Amino acid sequence: MSSIAKDIVAPVVAGRGAAGPDGRRLAWFPHLVLWIGIAVTAFPLYIAFVASTLTAPDVAQAPMPVLPGGHGIDNYRKILLQGMQGTYLSPPVWQMMWNSLVMALVITAGKIVVSILSAYAIVFFSFPGRMLAFWLIFLTLMLPVEVRIMPTYEVVSDLGLINTMTGLTLPLIASATGTLLFRQFFLTIPDELVEAARIDGAGPMRFFKDVVLPLSATNIAALSVILFIYGWNQYLWPLLITTDNRLDTIVVGITKMIGTGDATTDWPQVMGTTLLAVVPPALVVVLMRRWFVKGLVDSEK
Amino acid sequence: MQRRVIFSQKGLPYLLIAPQLVVTLVFFFWPGAQAVYMSLLQQDAFGASVQFVGLANFEYVFADEGYVDAFRRTLGFALAVTVLAMVPALWLAVMADRVLKGSTFYTTAMLVPYAIAPAVAGVLWLFMFNPSIGVLAWWLKALGVDWNPVLDGTDAMVLVVLASAWKQVAYNFLFFLAGLQAIPKSLLEAAAIDGARPLRRFWTIVFPLLSPTTFFLLVVGLVYAFFDTFGVISAVTQGGPATATETLVYKVYKDGVHNLDLGSSAAQSVVLMVIVVALTMVQFRFVERRVHYG
Repeated sequence: MSSIAKDIVAPVVAGRGAAGPDGRRLAWFPHLVLWIGIAVTAFPLYIAFVASTLTAPDVAQAPMPVLPGGHGIDNYRKILLQGMQGTYLSPPVWQMMWNSLVMALVITAGKIVVSILSAYAIVFFSFPGRMLAFWLIFLTLMLPVEVRIMPTYEVVSDLGLINTMTGLTLPLIASATGTLLFRQFFLTIPDELVEAARIDGAGPMRFFKDVVLPLSATNIAALSVILFIYGWNQYLWPLLITTDNRLDTIVVGITKMIGTGDATTDWPQVMGTTLLAVVPPALVVVLMRRWFVKGLVDSEK
Repeated sequence: MQRRVIFSQKGLPYLLIAPQLVVTLVFFFWPGAQAVYMSLLQQDAFGASVQFVGLANFEYVFADEGYVDAFRRTLGFALAVTVLAMVPALWLAVMADRVLKGSTFYTTAMLVPYAIAPAVAGVLWLFMFNPSIGVLAWWLKALGVDWNPVLDGTDAMVLVVLASAWKQVAYNFLFFLAGLQAIPKSLLEAAAIDGARPLRRFWTIVFPLLSPTTFFLLVVGLVYAFFDTFGVISAVTQGGPATATETLVYKVYKDGVHNLDLGSSAAQSVVLMVIVVALTMVQFRFVERRVHYG
């Protein structure tokens, strides 16, 4: 390995903090690397922010300014309330954000309800077809939308669900991941709790409501964070199912705004909308970091 | 799999599991079966005539040079995205594992791109690299690089790879960091006392102990690059210029939705299903040890 590469990799395990083998030599180095990482992470978002505060001619002159301009409030007010103006007329961005929010929340709630109930059935009951049901649910992992685009579209169209919020959300609320997660957790609930509940005369639904649901709160919270992001970020499915742009979600709306993506695109409006599409899920990650991390790690088990 | 103490109701479990099963059957298995069935049929774009053709669609698809190219391109794309998203993530995770102050801040900041939709990530990168107005495109030109992803296939491919990898670093970072934190410090200290240099400790202790995580992330990364990057490609290049950035998933979409070549699209779907099944099986069969975080 070259000496440069050595210098780069060497501090990797040197130390691991003050108590580590090599003490504090080069203590600043990890910070430097992490700041570079954050800079690369944040740069595209910063440029988008700057563009959203400029006018279209400002952006069109290459290179565009690197500091924010004074048109931010004006741009955001325009896109939020009126939508994109110019060659492509979009619905107001608040409406697209509302669509995304409803879609994300319905998918989140739907997936959680549907998967917690089926996990409860699979773990706490014995019935013919139980294993078959479990495997059917498990196998949906192997059938993402991407591999069954046309026939799924046909089904939704036959059911008359094209251009409806139901069509947008219902087909996505099966959740193998959620079912596996809750099943895993239910298996750890002590038998004593179930027996105690039975002795006290509690039926299965009472037990579910008073014991299982409260115990699952942490898992529900963690999974909700992941599912909200999943729902908000849907792209292929809304693209297929909605032709009426009043139902556009913000992610789909942006790609329609770009058009041909050349210099004639009104970039300040597009970049403003892009940031508005990033802010809600990013806030969820930042504000609920602990749940998010737990959900992400758990849902891969 | 099942508990010792269970409830004895007969009808209730069916009621509880019904919503999930109905959605699963109607929107997953029925269309999945339809895809397989349609892949064996030949029909014209208007659905006027349909006939059973056996495996002819598959023969047609694999004889099509465009498809074989797309296959090769997708493999290259997937490997590039996966490696490019894993190497910096590992390095950043090792760094984050070492810092004492501010690790919460670093981790949080690093995780943000996970929240960004692939299509949106694509738009962000498209803007920076737009040949006429993009900030980074301008710098590239100033450096004398002939950059034009709108006309040049290689440039376009570089752009979608960068945008796709940029988004996935967050995920890899989180899992690498969790894996690193699970490594007992005493192991490294013992090696240090024995005189192992830091680099040697990394390659002989840290890296092998991380290998389950690495393998897991490799599989997840390939699945991501194969399937979830549809949004990036759709937003940035629409598979172009010509077919330079057309991945298998994008091609299924284009052939089915735009070209209405249903038989071919269905056969391509079935090929993709086989790929998902294989990747999922690899994931569940070989990835046994999981990582723990915090």
